Amino acid sequence: MKYEDFQDNDTLEIFKQSGGNILMTTIDDIVNWGRSNSIWPLTFATSCCGIEMMAAGAPRHDFSRFGMEVYRATPRQADVIVVAGTIVHKMAPVLKRLYDQMADPKYVIAMGACACSGGPFYYNTYSVVRGVDHVIPVDVYVPGCPPRPEALLYGVLQLQRKMKTDTMRSPRDPMENYI
Amino acid sequence: MQEVELQDILTAREDGDYIINIGPQHPSTHGVLRFVVSLKGEMLEYVIPHCGYIHRGIEKMCERLTYPQIIHLTDRMDYLSAHMNNEAVSLLVEKATGVEVPERVKYIRTILSELQRIQSHQLWWAAFGMDMGGLTCFFYGLRDREKILDIFEESFGSRLLHSYICPGGVMNDIHPNFQKRTKEFIKYFRKKLPEYDELLTGNIIFEMRTKGMGVLSKGEAISYGLTGPPGRASNFACDIRKLYPYSAYDKVEFKEILYTEGDTWARYKVRMAEMWESMKIIEQLIDNIPEGDFTIKMKPVIRLPEGEYSQRVETARGELGVYVVSKGEKTPYRMHFRTPNFSNLFVMNRLAAGNKIADLIAISGSLDLVIPDIDR
Repeated sequence: MKYEDFQDNDTLEIFKQSGGNILMTTIDDIVNWGRSNSIWPLTFATSCCGIEMMAAGAPRHDFSRFGMEVYRATPRQADVIVVAGTIVHKMAPVLKRLYDQMADPKYVIAMGACACSGGPFYYNTYSVVRGVDHVIPVDVYVPGCPPRPEALLYGVLQLQRKMKTDTMRSPRDPMENYI
Repeated sequence: MQEVELQDILTAREDGDYIINIGPQHPSTHGVLRFVVSLKGEMLEYVIPHCGYIHRGIEKMCERLTYPQIIHLTDRMDYLSAHMNNEAVSLLVEKATGVEVPERVKYIRTILSELQRIQSHQLWWAAFGMDMGGLTCFFYGLRDREKILDIFEESFGSRLLHSYICPGGVMNDIHPNFQKRTKEFIKYFRKKLPEYDELLTGNIIFEMRTKGMGVLSKGEAISYGLTGPPGRASNFACDIRKLYPYSAYDKVEFKEILYTEGDTWARYKVRMAEMWESMKIIEQLIDNIPEGDFTIKMKPVIRLPEGEYSQRVETARGELGVYVVSKGEKTPYRMHFRTPNFSNLFVMNRLAAGNKIADLIAISGSLDLVIPDIDR
């Protein structure tokens, strides 16, 4: 699939028009190119979506084509946390702590209906957090129950686009507009 | 067995023991299971599992949903045995309403359950190898698993959670390619399964880490309520497919795999042998799927007569029991799932205590736990 095919979200590239001097923007481009092509995810899977996340790392779909090859078991070495599965009230403080332990810059992909909004557990249940964005700020939402591995790969490509808009002059603060 | 209270653990700390927390975010607990382990040097004294990190209240939700809706929640309990979970609720509703499903449905359900069992065991093998440090297993297992998912996707339109088996039959008819592709897969996998043995079974490091680890006798397996491959590895004949045949299991011949050792190695061997048996079951049925309807007409609103009902099926991990109290409404008054992983989890302390902490991962991997099935 060509990169042009993903130009369905025009607002992302607007952030990039920073108007900085040529030295800074060139360094930004180089840093962002390196950063966006070596995203290391955290092995964090709570339920069914974790299996599809494993399948995305398996030979057929092969995560590593996009630089997400190395799963890290500790949050201190991870760049992105793929929240794969339902987050319940007992798990929410743990997730928050994991997010806080990650080093900046850090990104979050909410994978699956449960992580996006509570999904099939939105109604009639007492224990499910209705969307992981109640706990941590989310960069990319991947809908589906569970999403196919291709959908996760598409979400990763969107995250890479977003990472390419970062600048060093005004580092991105994920908690800035987070309510 | 020694009764372990949290207070005992806290007092044990004064004797110079370590208390170590494993999980809930730990790659080898296969989800969000949490162990609190007490160590004396490198030896495990107690292992206390903590549940509830993925408790979604499915049993309570079922009280507000109709029976066809409940099917979709059962998928999400043990997502690697989705067909069997659907089948359990469907069989219960059919038994309670006195409906007899067509032969074609029974054959399709049995074939699907066995395909699901194979893919579940493949994923277990992949993850078990990875837990023990062999990353190649992960690639081998998931490579072959995708072939089964392709078959599922063609017929039901989804890879993992199908919600395909419903009260009264199945959602839609199987794809015309289903039989051809299933036969192709069996032919393919018969060649690939010996590769698994070559890679892991004869490996001396693997053998030393599994043989004699976490031994459980038959009596203990029964008293802990262990079912499925862990139970059968302790010579406890607990296969529901043999004991109380449902669907088309009374028409096929297969062997119940029993091992007497009861250690991690035996649990490994049971699952490897079960994959061969599942392929045999599919081969007996795949050419003989009778013609007919894929579903029968159920009432638009299914109401179970007042009373209590139960149904048990054999999932890839053991015995799944469904228990319903009905007051004659379209929703159950109370629904309870006796899930295999919940019973299998609490044998951890008995198996792991006295071994080294490095063996904890191998032992918990051999139980093949799915955490959302424990917490529901």
